[in-house]
Amino acid sequence: MSDPERRAVEQEVEQGVLVTTLAKAVNWARKQSLWPVTFGLACCAIEMMATGAGHHDLARWGMEIFRASPRQSDLMIVAGRVSQKMAPVLRTIYDQMPEPKWVISMGVCASSGGMFNNYGVVQGVDTIVPVDMYVPGCPPRPEMLMYGILRLHEKISKRGTLT
Amino acid sequence: MSPEDLAARLRGPFADALVARGEVTVTVDRDRLLDALRTLRDEDDLRCTWLSDVSCTDWPGRDPRIWMAYHLRSPELRHRVRVKAGLPEDDLRVASAVPVFPAAEWQEREVYDLFGVAFDGHPDLRRVLMPDDWVGHPLRKDHPLGGVPTQYKGAFVPPPDQRGL
Repeated sequence: MSDPERRAVEQEVEQGVLVTTLAKAVNWARKQSLWPVTFGLACCAIEMMATGAGHHDLARWGMEIFRASPRQSDLMIVAGRVSQKMAPVLRTIYDQMPEPKWVISMGVCASSGGMFNNYGVVQGVDTIVPVDMYVPGCPPRPEMLMYGILRLHEKISKRGTLT
Repeated sequence: MSPEDLAARLRGPFADALVARGEVTVTVDRDRLLDALRTLRDEDDLRCTWLSDVSCTDWPGRDPRIWMAYHLRSPELRHRVRVKAGLPEDDLRVASAVPVFPAAEWQEREVYDLFGVAFDGHPDLRRVLMPDDWVGHPLRKDHPLGGVPTQYKGAFVPPPDQRGL
């Protein structure tokens, strides 16, 4: 390499080259545009809709599009209590989502059955699908859901693998 | 017809007809249940053509333990009659009311689901509220109110406070 060429390369580096791992770059891209599947089950869904609407504005994290198809989604926000009849439906939708995928259990009913301590309601959605983040509350305010989403972003960015 | 007059009229065909809080209740043997429903539907001065509800109650310690209740209404004559039939605990079956009132089909499925009463002659006796492979009849009094395991496709997950988390 001649001197002018070397100088040009050094100049280019000084102007801003970022070195990272592929996993970090991919995870950064993934966490910045999570697309949630539309899965409102009860009153928590109202708070979830409020989170997506203008006042709280989930679009700030690139996730304003609640997809109506699980095949275009990578995040499932289980918003509300899951009845026994809904459990297989929920699992089917989860299975239809492409990898990688994440699940937020929103509210106390989805997390543990909550006040519905009876035969008709699944006692925690983690008995059916793996849950990445639990958001407590009855129902949680949009701020709490957003906090859960931001913590999920942290979790995603720490993923070491691409798959 | 006032409830008292109606009860007096029903004491002809059914021995046990009484008025409580303005409601007429007829108690029959389970073998005579369909005859009773047909009589109430077809007699000219009864005309209870609408089966508004089929329900069931569980009385542990009593004999019979399980009681079926059929709520009939006459839209023309504006009166209501309740028909009750007791079922012994060791033989929970009764003739299906679907041949008389087709509206009973899903109501009887619900009773079958939640109480475990078998309806002879029902065209499609499956669970209606709980999943098909669910074990148990949750509205019986001996079924626990809460703290029940979650059943999912044959797996039993203990209640949250017993998972050792």
